[in-house]
Amino acid sequence: MIELDSITRNLLKQIAGLHKIPDGAVSFRRNGKGEIIRSTAHIEIKKKEDNPGINIYVHSSCQNEACHIPVVVTNEGLFDLVYNDFYIEEGAKVTIVAGCGVHSGSSSGHNGIHTFHIGKNAEVTYIENHLALGKGEGKILNPTTIVNMKEGSTMTMNTTQIGGVDFANRKTTANLKDKALLTINEKILTASNNIAKTDFKVNLIGENSRCKIVSRSVARDKSKQVFKSNMIGKNMCFGHVECDGIVLDNANIDSIPRVSARNNQASLSHEASIGKIASEQLTKLMTLGLSEKQAESKIIEGFLK
Amino acid sequence: MLELKNITYKIVEHGKEKVILDDISCVFDDKCLTAITGHNGSGKSTLTKIIMGIVKPTRGKIFFDGEDITKLSVDKRAKLGINYAFQQPVTFKGITVKDLIDITTGEENSTDKACEYLSKVGLCARNYLDRDFDKTLSGGEQKRIELALALAKPGKCFIFDEPEAGIDLWSFDKLNNIFDNEKCYIVVSHQERLLKKADKILVMENGKIAKYGEAKTVLKSLGSGYCERLKEGL
Repeated sequence: MIELDSITRNLLKQIAGLHKIPDGAVSFRRNGKGEIIRSTAHIEIKKKEDNPGINIYVHSSCQNEACHIPVVVTNEGLFDLVYNDFYIEEGAKVTIVAGCGVHSGSSSGHNGIHTFHIGKNAEVTYIENHLALGKGEGKILNPTTIVNMKEGSTMTMNTTQIGGVDFANRKTTANLKDKALLTINEKILTASNNIAKTDFKVNLIGENSRCKIVSRSVARDKSKQVFKSNMIGKNMCFGHVECDGIVLDNANIDSIPRVSARNNQASLSHEASIGKIASEQLTKLMTLGLSEKQAESKIIEGFLK
Repeated sequence: MLELKNITYKIVEHGKEKVILDDISCVFDDKCLTAITGHNGSGKSTLTKIIMGIVKPTRGKIFFDGEDITKLSVDKRAKLGINYAFQQPVTFKGITVKDLIDITTGEENSTDKACEYLSKVGLCARNYLDRDFDKTLSGGEQKRIELALALAKPGKCFIFDEPEAGIDLWSFDKLNNIFDNEKCYIVVSHQERLLKKADKILVMENGKIAKYGEAKTVLKSLGSGYCERLKEGL
């Protein structure tokens, strides 16, 4: 059993809802080192030989099992680079809870490069929360996610950048074969001078492949956010991108959703809206007894829920 | 008791001053259902928004139980016991019906308790509690939940801006039954059935009070078919 200090415990709680290292399949990485790697009968986790990181093999026998792979960085000046590859076999059903928490007083960060190979009819739920705490600037989190989906597979990605991250460059690329379904829900909150960039590229290659991206972001103070997405329909397919932003104070949000049809059977759409909190929403909650500040917090909390 | 003294509200439209409410003075009694009626644009909704503090009057004063509330914010008035249901319900992303009930009552409600509030407006409650109060709900559902929220909040004075708009007749009957004889109810309406149920009727015309008095007397003076004429804009 490893010792967890209060900072690590707090980060784990916030990024993964964990009060301790959980039972079951786990990879716990702290300050650039894999401290715990534990496999189960259905989920095999192996340390990579060539690069920092792990390979995770989810067997077909895995039905509704969870795998936790939290990363914590608390050392000053440490930039942790990790490659995690996920091999999900045909028909497997798995929930993967990732997440990275950084706590430091100066520059440090984590670049996680995750590649998913999802087998036929497999179902994956991927939850990834990012958080940075501690004074000082220069906390960087750059997640790269590559998703290769075989026929009939589904993946739901719920990604959240909760706060405190000074700079984030979030890149996601997905390739979907026949009847594959990808759903992405992204939530980002930036404040002070934070910069967050998001870039999705989805290739709808297979017949009846489908993808829906919903991005909600709140930018306050002087923070900046750039949302980019490119949904490319190369077959009879369906794709929809929805990005809503609330911009407060002197913050900036750029939203650039792009859809590209390379087949006349591709059905692609996008919606983008950016604005301040609607005054009638504030007024409504005030008629229920909340102060203006409380109403604003409630609206943002709901928006990013 | 709610008292308006010399309430005037002016706006500037296309460079010209326009009077929306013109020196309105009146009293809304406790234990009384007052219906406010009148043509579109006569100032009915603006008058109720001024009572709630959503719109600030250009001139005049508002007293609630003897206290001058003219300068109080919307939330302070809400805390004093003034409740308001909008004509067009305001929707939210990510805030559930249950969240709104909890905000309204100021406490975490049990499922049964939360259901009670929704049942009052004829909704099969459990189906709604976890749903976001957003545009995926029909206009009628939004409207009924809006009314349920206004009724759930403890209060002394309840303002409803066209509560019957967008709800079916069954709900309308149910709605009529929620006005008891205990509180001050101020209801903007064009519906004859609601006007007949009212204790008092206030008729607005061009930003002024044209008539205000006992419902029977006012209805008589308006003549038959008044509500029909209002609906047709005559």
